[in-house]
Amino acid sequence: MTSTAHAPAHGTAHGSAHGPGDAHAPHRNYVKIWGILCALLVVSVVGPMLGIRWVMLITAFGVALVKAYMVAKNFMHLDIEKPIVHWILLVALALMVLLYGALAPDVQKGEGTGWKKDAGFHHSFVTSKPHEAGKHEKPENAEHGKP
Amino acid sequence: MSVKTIATQRASMNIPTGRLAVWWVLVSEIVIFGGVLVSYLMHRLGHPEWGEQAAYTNMWIGATNTFVLLTSSLSAVLAHQAAEKGDGPKAARLLYLTVLGGLTFLVIKSFEWTHEIREGFVLQSGGFWSYYYTAAGLHAFHVMAGMGVILWVANDAKKNQELHRVENVGIYWHFVDIVWIFLFPLLYIAK
Repeated sequence: MTSTAHAPAHGTAHGSAHGPGDAHAPHRNYVKIWGILCALLVVSVVGPMLGIRWVMLITAFGVALVKAYMVAKNFMHLDIEKPIVHWILLVALALMVLLYGALAPDVQKGEGTGWKKDAGFHHSFVTSKPHEAGKHEKPENAEHGKP
Repeated sequence: MSVKTIATQRASMNIPTGRLAVWWVLVSEIVIFGGVLVSYLMHRLGHPEWGEQAAYTNMWIGATNTFVLLTSSLSAVLAHQAAEKGDGPKAARLLYLTVLGGLTFLVIKSFEWTHEIREGFVLQSGGFWSYYYTAAGLHAFHVMAGMGVILWVANDAKKNQELHRVENVGIYWHFVDIVWIFLFPLLYIAK
């Protein structure tokens, strides 16, 4: 699974940034990429000043996605990275999406089937049966943990 | 003569062990920051009134810090380029510039937070401020940790030693930059 070769002192890296079998990063104009990132930063600041909601969404969040992609591709060299790295990053990003998908309906909605949030973001269970209401509903004076 | 008892290359994946380890660290960081950012996003969408609180954050300070981090990322990737050419001293100088960028970021942030706290906006001031201080504070902690590791790597690079670590620490620094790229619109622009 792993190389069992023991490296000598200073390893394979003495005087070299890469070990055997590791591709060198391609030559890119990093200053030009930085210039584009700075220009995108200006767009993300100026766009929301127009006060139009969809322009703000595109210039702030859309441009943030583009900037992040450019940094990952050009500075982290993700485009020439080994497939295993792409896979483990995808798993982490999938977990983020899963977290959002699982919790967003509960967090973002004010009410749902059989429950409703009050102003303090506490859940109350709504039921038509009096004996069940007694089991679930919080007494009015029980807010904030007070008896 | 001392011998390092470490595997330097993952044979099945053809990737240096150190670099793979950095990517694994970043995966765990994605889960940490992803959890904070996703839960903020959910609550922000669920509570439009948080926009009134977000209006008190200073967009120009956030933009300045974005510029500072983007510039420090440039010096980090140029340090990697120098390390690839075997020029350790140049890589070290560029890494010191990266640390200077991190320090500038923290100084600006400390002035910003001092002002906000004096205005009465503290961690307990509401949901928005809880997320604001938690997310930005967690990020600032990562900036500090990155600065420490970069200084350590730069000291070796200066002597042309362990140059492969210049790339590894750069990958981490660029990730910290990416996290801020998302924090900036979430905390400073969406009002």
